[in-house]
Amino acid sequence: MSVDQATVRRIAHLARIAVKDEDVPHLQGELNAILAFVEELNSVDVSDVEPMTSVVPMQMKMRRDEVTDHAGAQAVVANAPLHEDSFFTVPKVVE
Amino acid sequence: MTALNELTLAEARDKLAAREISATELTRAHIDAIEKARALNAYIAETPDHAITMARQSDERIARGEAGPLEGLPLGVKDLYATNGAHTQACSRILEGFKPVYESTVTANLWRDGAVMLGKLNMDEFAMGSSNETSCYGPVASPWLPPGWSQEQARAAGAGDKKGLLVPGGSSGGSAAAVAAHLCLGATASDTGGSIRQPAAFTGTVGIKPTYGRCSRWGMVAFASSLDQAGPIARTVRDCAIMLRSMAGYDPKDATCVDMPTPDYEKALGASLKGRRIGIPKEYRVDGMSEEIDALWRKGIDFMRDAGAEIVDISLPHTKYALPAYYIVAPAEASSNLARYDGVRYGLREQGRDIVEMYEKTRAKGFGPEVRRRVLIGTYVLSAGYYDAYYVRAQKIRTLIRRDFETAFHAGVDAILTPATPSAAFGIGEKTSADPVEMYLNDVFTVTVNMAGLPGLAVPGGLSRDGLPLGLQLIGRPFDEETLFSAAHVIEQSAGRVQLPASWWA
Repeated sequence: MSVDQATVRRIAHLARIAVKDEDVPHLQGELNAILAFVEELNSVDVSDVEPMTSVVPMQMKMRRDEVTDHAGAQAVVANAPLHEDSFFTVPKVVE
Repeated sequence: MTALNELTLAEARDKLAAREISATELTRAHIDAIEKARALNAYIAETPDHAITMARQSDERIARGEAGPLEGLPLGVKDLYATNGAHTQACSRILEGFKPVYESTVTANLWRDGAVMLGKLNMDEFAMGSSNETSCYGPVASPWLPPGWSQEQARAAGAGDKKGLLVPGGSSGGSAAAVAAHLCLGATASDTGGSIRQPAAFTGTVGIKPTYGRCSRWGMVAFASSLDQAGPIARTVRDCAIMLRSMAGYDPKDATCVDMPTPDYEKALGASLKGRRIGIPKEYRVDGMSEEIDALWRKGIDFMRDAGAEIVDISLPHTKYALPAYYIVAPAEASSNLARYDGVRYGLREQGRDIVEMYEKTRAKGFGPEVRRRVLIGTYVLSAGYYDAYYVRAQKIRTLIRRDFETAFHAGVDAILTPATPSAAFGIGEKTSADPVEMYLNDVFTVTVNMAGLPGLAVPGGLSRDGLPLGLQLIGRPFDEETLFSAAHVIEQSAGRVQLPASWWA
């Protein structure tokens, strides 16, 4: 399979990465090189094969549903580019 | 007398215990070496004051007889480990200015055991790369001189754009270069497709990626969660064994971290290989394999045989599908993990007319070309209509790859020996063609191990015709890192310790 330029733009939008028009052709080339590289996987018979979902077979542990090492709201927002008190601030999202 | 920063980690530990040296003088020797080696660009954040404070505390604990297993030993930390209050960016612009308010479990374990932090080490952006050229801080230069180069030539390149100097490998390029240039006794690294083993092989150092689940991933900047694993790079097999014992261990904060005791890996050194079976997979004899890699591999086989091991030819038939399957699984998981960089909670933020434009501009500016490429591929293979054709198929192929290994281990193979890389180190700026796959081929021998979750270790096996280090890889059964340390120790003893390059950068 290969991608056309419209698909490159669509994927970039899904990934929330702005892409300049002049970057689209070489991105298309790079993505198609990778897709061509993975093409040979189609020659493998995977019928009756379970997908690997866990690297190490083990029972998932349960834990108590409680606050553990919460460092406080100020610590949570300490690295935010913009915040007010203990809130992250973003451009308006509701009209 | 050996300069203090040229001691091995084990030697330094023993001298500290015998009170022949102090942690403070050992740390100062490293800080001096780091200041003189800025041309290598291995450290992107130096923390000398913090290091001296930690070293003084170590000296006090040693005086009180309360020394931990790593007491007073200065280490470097890859920039993807969250270190409380200290620079942590995974060498990406998108995490500009980020200073975590918490400590990763692996580094916390090191400090618990008395180690000293020298600073943060350069790496490929988000660990995506095999040459340390994708870092937002620029490439790392390997301390190994390019064949035929004079020291003056290297110094001039080191002061400029570094083109032509050798890459240290990646993504843990800063870790490998710092260890090889004696800028720390050992370093933390991480491995998603070969990011510990390939740089170790390129720089004549030792690196181990333990079994998936052996070390906690909590507080490590995530790349591909089902593949990422922490591990050390150091100058000897013993030093790696000492470091891994402290780094590993159960952590309830990582649901994939296994709850089992951590062995004293150092005790595995010197164990006999008599009667142990070492598998040699025929599929690793890839087309166009160079004569010197083939010769290195044969030499490794001889080392094993001479130590009493039985050599067994094995087949891992799905090997050739590992790399393509990796380039679906890893970008898919990366696109999901990197969705968190949105300009809201930390790091870079670009203004936009609305929130979507803010996201798009922030991520366009914050991600470098390789990261962008992988996020796009990952987004594509996970998008509606393609999920089964790509991601699920790749995960099925992973099952087949793991089955290959299980079959070999069930047949009685104790460990598998392969080359670590298809070539010696190449030059900075040499592999920048339009085809990203050319760089990906560096990981052809290492990536199978991540796909199957197994432990893998790279140890120097000899030098290329040009005098550059070449590494051998040992692959083990799940949670049997000890056999890898035993066998690697035999290779190290047989091949002789690598003569690391003398300083041209100071």
